[in-house]
Amino acid sequence: MKCHHCEKKAAITLQHGPVCERHFINYFEDKVFKTMKKYQFIKANDSLCVAASGGKDSLTVLYLTKKYLKENNLKNKLFALAVDEGIKDYREHTLIDLKEFCRKNEIELKIVSFKEEFNSTLDEAKEKIGGKKPCNICGVWRRYLLNKYARQENATKVITGHNLDDEAQVVLMNMFKANTGLAAQLGPITGIKEHPLYFCTEKETKLYSILKKFQVNFAECPNAQDGYRIQIRDVLNDFEQKYPGTKQGIINSFLTMLPLLKKQAEELQNKQIRQCLKCGEPANQTVCNACKIAGEL
Amino acid sequence: MYLTVKKEREQTTQKVFFQKKTLGELLNQLNINPETVIAVKNNIVITEDEELKENETIELLSVISGG
Repeated sequence: MKCHHCEKKAAITLQHGPVCERHFINYFEDKVFKTMKKYQFIKANDSLCVAASGGKDSLTVLYLTKKYLKENNLKNKLFALAVDEGIKDYREHTLIDLKEFCRKNEIELKIVSFKEEFNSTLDEAKEKIGGKKPCNICGVWRRYLLNKYARQENATKVITGHNLDDEAQVVLMNMFKANTGLAAQLGPITGIKEHPLYFCTEKETKLYSILKKFQVNFAECPNAQDGYRIQIRDVLNDFEQKYPGTKQGIINSFLTMLPLLKKQAEELQNKQIRQCLKCGEPANQTVCNACKIAGEL
Repeated sequence: MYLTVKKEREQTTQKVFFQKKTLGELLNQLNINPETVIAVKNNIVITEDEELKENETIELLSVISGG
C-alpha cells in the first residue's frame, strides 16, 4: 500500500487512507497541537506538570508538550512528575526509561513514591488489605500524590497521556454502570488536568513512539490481568476491527452530550470541599480516601 | 512457508507454518486483532497487505501496555 499523499510505502492505514512514516508523524503532531490550541491548554502564566510513567503515552505527551512550547515560543515552566507505586518487576523498568528520556530531552523530573508517602508499596498494601482490588488502591493513591505534588511544585496544569482508547473505555464503563455523575468529569480537560492525546488512538500513539525511537521497554502491570476494563477494551478493539471509526464515534457522541452531563452534575452536586482531618489535603469527606486506605494497613 | 514471529507482549519467538500471503492473513491465522499490534519487518513498519516471504522475521509490537 502506498501513502495517499506521496506514494511512498504506507506505515499505517488511517480512516482517511494509508500514510507513510513522514506523513503519519505530521498528521499525529498536527492533531495533538490542534487539540492543545482548540482547548487552550496552555496560557501565559501556566506552570505545566506532565504526569509521566515512562510508557509510550506519557513519553509521547511529554515530548510533544515540550515541542509545542518550543514551536510557539512559549517559556512556560515544564516538569515531569512520576509516581513509584513499588510494583515489583514493572515500575522500576519504566522509571529507567523515563529517567533516560528526561535526561536526553533536558526535562526536570520529580519522582514520588507510595512507600515514602504511605509507608507501603502497592505490593505490600494489596496483601494487607482484603476486599480491595489493587487497582482501587493504586488509583486513589496515584491521584492523591499527583494532585499533592503538582500543587507543591506550583503547577497550574497537569498534563496526562490519556488517549482516545482510554476515554472510549471509560465512557462505556460509566454508561454500563449508569455513572452519569462520573461521566461528567471526563473530556479533554477535567479541572486542571488536560489530555493532549485525547483524539489519538492507542495504536497511533504506539506507532508515533516507534517512529520517533522513544526507548520504551514493553511493560504491562501485573495487576491489570483481568477485570471489567480489560473486557471493555477487548470488545472495543473487536468492534474497531470490524467497524473502523467506532472509538472516534463514541468520543464524538460523548462530547456532544458532555455539556448536558456537566450541567446536570452541577445541579445535583452539593459537594463541599473540605480538608482531610489526617493529612490536610482537599477532600469531600472528613478523611480522604488515600488516608482511609492507609489506615487499613 | 515458515516464518519467525516475535511477539512483544508474550516475549516469545516462534516458527510458524504459513500457507497464505499477507500480514493480515498471518494475524488472522494467529488469532490476533490488528488493532492490538504494530508489525515490523526488517525494522520497517508494515501494513496488513504486505506480502510475506519464506524465512522472514515478523515482530509484533504490542499496542496495549501499562496498567
